Amino acid sequence: MPRETGSRVVEILDKHERELLTSWLDRQLKASTLRRDLLQESEMREQSREFLRLVRDAAAKAGVEDVDTPAYEPVRELLRAISTERARKGFTSSETATFVFSLKEPVFARLRQEVGMDVGALAEEMWAANVLLDKLGLFTTEVHQQGRETVIARQAEEMLELSTPVVELWEGVLALPVIGTLDSARTQVVMENLLQRIVETGATIAIIDITGVPTVDTLVAQHLLKTVAAARLMGADCIISGIRPQIAQTIVHLGVELQSVITKATLADAFAVALQRAGLAVVRSRPQA
Amino acid sequence: MGEFLLVSIQVDMHDKLAITLQDDLTTSIVKHRARGVLIDISSLEIVDSFIGRMLANIAAMSRVLDAETVVVGMRPAVAITLVELGMSLTGVRTALTVERAMDTLRASVATGAESGRGDAARPE
Amino acid sequence: MPLVRSDKLPCASDGDVVIVRQRVRSLAVESGFPLVDQTKIVTAASELARNTVVHGQGGTVELEMLVEGARRGVRLTFTDHGPGIADISQAMKDGFTTGGGLGLGLGGAKRLSSEFEIRSRAGEGTVVRIARWR
Repeated sequence: MPRETGSRVVEILDKHERELLTSWLDRQLKASTLRRDLLQESEMREQSREFLRLVRDAAAKAGVEDVDTPAYEPVRELLRAISTERARKGFTSSETATFVFSLKEPVFARLRQEVGMDVGALAEEMWAANVLLDKLGLFTTEVHQQGRETVIARQAEEMLELSTPVVELWEGVLALPVIGTLDSARTQVVMENLLQRIVETGATIAIIDITGVPTVDTLVAQHLLKTVAAARLMGADCIISGIRPQIAQTIVHLGVELQSVITKATLADAFAVALQRAGLAVVRSRPQA
Repeated sequence: MGEFLLVSIQVDMHDKLAITLQDDLTTSIVKHRARGVLIDISSLEIVDSFIGRMLANIAAMSRVLDAETVVVGMRPAVAITLVELGMSLTGVRTALTVERAMDTLRASVATGAESGRGDAARPE
Repeated sequence: MPLVRSDKLPCASDGDVVIVRQRVRSLAVESGFPLVDQTKIVTAASELARNTVVHGQGGTVELEMLVEGARRGVRLTFTDHGPGIADISQAMKDGFTTGGGLGLGLGGAKRLSSEFEIRSRAGEGTVVRIARWR
């Protein structure tokens, strides 16, 4: 009766768990990629034991073909945790994948012992084990990669925040010089920044200067209006300054509704209006030299 | 406060409670001959379209009753979400704090002037 | 997409809508969402839960936490067996009302989410699914 491919693998994972673990740990400790500076031996033992146990359970339930089935979720969960932790500690993705790949040799050795006589079956079983551990090893690199991407994304966000500083020009008057294009991701950051500053400073007027915005199309205009609307909901009025003649034309041409939003050509003009609204005036205290 | 009513919404209301609030408030405006209504939403973590409409309704109804409404203390996350949701809260005046709201309500009551209706939330 | 947890809640009354908001909030917090993302998905959930109660004549909502590598997501599926929506694209337009106010519900929920799916036919109920990723 033909046996299901991988069934011998399941068997040895079950029957020879302890020997496999010992052999595997031995290999890991001897590996050139060992990072004793980053990972304690006790942690490594614990993780290896847990991994082997979970793979044994999953394989017993669902075989060794498909690691995406629900039965393998505990294994994936563990690998996620290990991979994320190691990424944080500074391991490269290869160093982390080696954790899984180094289990191959002990498994192959044990398979040779148990299945040795039947060459055809041995080849199949070794292949099944190889594919299983490849898939799991690759999974760790995926998680590692995504972890890196998250860090990069967060850094990009922080840079965005830095590139749209909110300046307090005067008590209660904020200025937001926007440099570069306003896409939806940027707009979210801009809005959060601006509103946060409004709360912190108790500002009643926010001047959004778009001198540094190269093109204003319908999308950018919408993003601007969203920002204005959000500030208003928090009790701060907005003035848009830095409207170049071409932009004025585009806005009219696009039929963008800018009603009830004050617009000024320069930041200076906008500031003057802001002071006026705040009931302030700038007075010369000495005659001009 | 004399002529002003202060309502502080503290709790995550279900819709029926919101309607009750609307009704109670309009009754109170008439009963106390209030000239101003301050709705403090600084405790609200969520303002959805239903609550948004409630605020707009209260503003509209109180205006008919010759009172001005100011919504106070909207949280940044709520403001961002409302805008994304597409609600501009037409005709609803807003202020950062109760003190600010009171100052401007007093000013508008004193002059007896109506400061005008904008097409979007008007800050005070 | 690997699913970590799943919960089903009734969505048939006013009180249920409040509970749904609270549970979605907990799930978003647990998934590590920053405040603005939490607010957005809870608000979207509120809109859809209300639709289910008011227009769908009551139904259920399934809350799921999703994991994809290091990314976490929250997915909500609102199901009802009510009258269904004959013209979905019309219903998605803001301000559209069927004398009860679907208003900003569907369009708004879509704008607040990373993913949005709707299936509905007149007389066959409605299923709306949204997801937000962190």
